[in-house]
Amino acid sequence: MSASPVYLDAATAAPMHPVARQALLAALDDGWADPGKLYTQARRARQLLDAAREATAQTLGVRADELSFTSSGTTAAHGAVLGGLAGRRRVGPTLVHSAIEHSAVLHAAERHVAAGGVANPVPVDRLGRLDLTAWSDAVRAPGVALAALITASHEVGTVQPVAEAAATCADAGVPLYVDAAQSVGRVPLPAGWSVLTASAHKWGGPPGVGLLAVRKGTRWESPWPADEREGGRTPGSVNLPAVVAAAASLRAAAVDASAEETRLAPLVDRIRARVAAEVPDVEVVGDPVLRLPHLVTFSCLYVDGEALLHALDRRGFAVSSGSSCTSSTLRPSHVLEAMGVLSHGNVRVSLHRETTEADVERFLAELPGIVAGLRAEAGVVGL
Amino acid sequence: MPDEVLDCRGQRCPLPVIAAARRMPQVPVGTVVRVLADDPAAAVDIPAWCRMRGQEFVAAITGPDGPAYDIRRAH
Repeated sequence: MSASPVYLDAATAAPMHPVARQALLAALDDGWADPGKLYTQARRARQLLDAAREATAQTLGVRADELSFTSSGTTAAHGAVLGGLAGRRRVGPTLVHSAIEHSAVLHAAERHVAAGGVANPVPVDRLGRLDLTAWSDAVRAPGVALAALITASHEVGTVQPVAEAAATCADAGVPLYVDAAQSVGRVPLPAGWSVLTASAHKWGGPPGVGLLAVRKGTRWESPWPADEREGGRTPGSVNLPAVVAAAASLRAAAVDASAEETRLAPLVDRIRARVAAEVPDVEVVGDPVLRLPHLVTFSCLYVDGEALLHALDRRGFAVSSGSSCTSSTLRPSHVLEAMGVLSHGNVRVSLHRETTEADVERFLAELPGIVAGLRAEAGVVGL
Repeated sequence: MPDEVLDCRGQRCPLPVIAAARRMPQVPVGTVVRVLADDPAAAVDIPAWCRMRGQEFVAAITGPDGPAYDIRRAH
């Protein structure tokens, strides 16, 4: 039996905003030339790139020359971490980071450690919120080159105390890098950071465009081979049509952000309440109040995460999971692990501008039966 | 030392948790059951199960049989 598709994985990639599509098509005609050259076609491309940078910088609240477009959010995160460490290598070898950073940040940290550096992860509580005392101790220790904190968890939605963490960093003289991938285009950005990254396909832009903002005065040094483009912060030609589409859709998303927050946050509240009430033995995780407006995560006891994703997919629901059986490494999500919450039977639901109340209602109506069916199949009812 | 051992090596989560959930009601209150489980998710999920079910998570141990988790039946 077929079911109409309901896409609920915006935290991985939001459906492309119609403005992004229009801008992309227009820029394919106009923005194919190399913006670095000195002929008419190049000047047109340069104008498009400059306008995209200006608009995006304005939305982020930074200067245009502080912003670079990268080839992905992952590349931006790698550059932010490795460049922040390289710029302050004389101060010391240590990267302080929360235990719940995105894997892109953790993989950059692994590279740093493999090269002789130090990484010091800071724990979170059961709700996924940074331990500020441990953070303060870690940041104030000698030899800290950079601190990294995600603005809000991409897996459980808990908003991090960035302002407090940034104040500690400022006091200790340590630059703060924030991964704002789940916040940009959705919620106001925190203050006090020195380096910020984001990813266009999280706000309805095309895949393959990342943002790397480095504040003036930050000691950041490109970790890549030299390249003069994008302020010397990231090598290679930018995908200009995609950058133009990313900028146009960010502007549109930012205009709608507050209304979307008002619309989506109650839908997430409804999911949190109804899943907890109507699915037996479920743990809804993350902070119930200090959270992103569009994202909710829960784990179903005794249920195999992969089986649950497939069962939901058969009913038309596209969701994500932090369960080990759904990852290529067969390890549970490091975020759920750091929080100490149930990792199997895990589902992350993330909403977007096209998500309707009816979509959420259909999900809520079908989920209890799907979970009950899987438990009956596995013979775990009543355990 | 545990009173009995549940060998769940080679099983993927949630199977070790399910095995523990089946066994615990069958042992007397106060009994410590050691669950041998080499799936890394067990390190998260066995303590989480104890918390959700009000059972006592005694300790995680790494011994000659690999990672193990001691649970005491509390009620």
